[in-house]
Amino acid sequence: MSLATQWQPSAKLDVLRQRALIIKKIRQFFAERDVMEVDTPTLCHASVTDLNLRAFSCRFDDPLSPVVTQLYLQTSPEFAMKRLLCAGSGAIYQLSKAFRNEEAGRLHNPEFTMLEWYRPDYDHFMLMDEVETLACAILGTANAGRLTYQQAFIQHLQFDPLLEDMASLKRLCESRGYTELALAETDPDILLNLLFSQHIEPAISQHQPCFVYDFPASQAALARLNPNNPLVAERFELYYRGVELANGFHELSDASEQRRRFEQDNKKRHQVGLPTIAVDEFFLAALESGLPPCAGVAVGVDRLIMLALDCQHISQVLAFGYANA
Amino acid sequence: MATIGTNEFKAGLKLMLDGEPCNILENEFVKPGKGQAFSRVRLRKLISNKVLEKTFKSNETFETADVMDVELAYLYSDGEFWHFMNNDTFEQIAADSKAIGDNLKWLVENNLCTITLWNGIPITVSPPNFVELEIVQTDPGLKGDTAGTGGKPATLTTGAVVRVPLFVQQGEIVKVDTRSGEYVSRAQK
Repeated sequence: MSLATQWQPSAKLDVLRQRALIIKKIRQFFAERDVMEVDTPTLCHASVTDLNLRAFSCRFDDPLSPVVTQLYLQTSPEFAMKRLLCAGSGAIYQLSKAFRNEEAGRLHNPEFTMLEWYRPDYDHFMLMDEVETLACAILGTANAGRLTYQQAFIQHLQFDPLLEDMASLKRLCESRGYTELALAETDPDILLNLLFSQHIEPAISQHQPCFVYDFPASQAALARLNPNNPLVAERFELYYRGVELANGFHELSDASEQRRRFEQDNKKRHQVGLPTIAVDEFFLAALESGLPPCAGVAVGVDRLIMLALDCQHISQVLAFGYANA
Repeated sequence: MATIGTNEFKAGLKLMLDGEPCNILENEFVKPGKGQAFSRVRLRKLISNKVLEKTFKSNETFETADVMDVELAYLYSDGEFWHFMNNDTFEQIAADSKAIGDNLKWLVENNLCTITLWNGIPITVSPPNFVELEIVQTDPGLKGDTAGTGGKPATLTTGAVVRVPLFVQQGEIVKVDTRSGEYVSRAQK
């Protein structure tokens, strides 16, 4: 292809018009509910320790200081938004760009639009209801199903992800054609993730969107553990037609538990040869001062638009996909 | 041999898997928001010709396979090997019966075949899509018959048996599609 065609948008102009309408609908949704729109930095001093996220980093030459600083493009606005909540903002939402290195494909663009919002005094069930109202309005579907992670595994793979051991997990992987991968793997969550994304996501969400909640405690990320069942975390995801659309938490507010999880991540990073990431001390200090009880969720807006408009590739809903950005 | 990562996967790339060279047909990036990234790949094993789906973690590395396709003319068989020649350099190469496989029945002297070489050794031999062969045996057909009645079996000089229309006679040369093994037409004179 030559530049004469490459300069052109990767989305059709009509798709961009529809996209603008969907974004307008989202803003309207939150205005009606009195949730404040915020705009937090995408370029920050710290980043996430999550083993499976790669932040872009860059060098900042400060005209007011001889010290060169490393800054990160944010993989999500989560830490900054929680700092606002700690400062007493109340309910907030944000439509912002997020950046993730080493991600590209049909459903991934290294720069993408994320909708993230937080609701003080909500738990994950109340937030799922709100996500359902918004997502179904945009997708034009009636409503969404709900399954626990354990139910989803038992229904579709006849396997209990919380109670069965690594040996039986490996046997299940072998029976599904992942023999080499399973033999070499020591982390059960990697195998669970693989089975989940390949065999459960597509099966549960073909006809209507489907929430999955109560993820294993080992996949808690920034969610609190269920006080009645410490095997699971109060985390949920939303899927539609095999596409992961949203990830939400009943938020962890315990600063020392949060620090422990960051340090655990960095220990694992060190073990597998990844660079360790300085923990976000601003964020931890904010948690120490007190995060109001809340639930929060992040939605992949480009994917939501893809599904609403029946597009097959993420670049078909972006003005310019990364290939000609 | 060179080592490559999953980020170099693309259709047409040849790599080693279970000691067998494979050709990548399709590669898809799979990654949950909070989870390990994978490459889901559809590939063809080049010796057994099986197509399979494999999933690899994104940080895995692989050995590339030294596989290339060359166009060579079929010369003759000595009973054990089938000999081919590069028409430009006159270099000759011999393929064994495993590489020839079922395509034995489509080998016609001087026809250009596509030979897949792995480390310089032929692993598959693909005949041209169409070959012309003489019928050595077929039952006499009815006069005035036209194509479309199901036809009759005809044995060709190479031993291949194809269904031909009833009007086609022994001694005639016919054009056959080697991919489907179906009769196409009488050869153009």
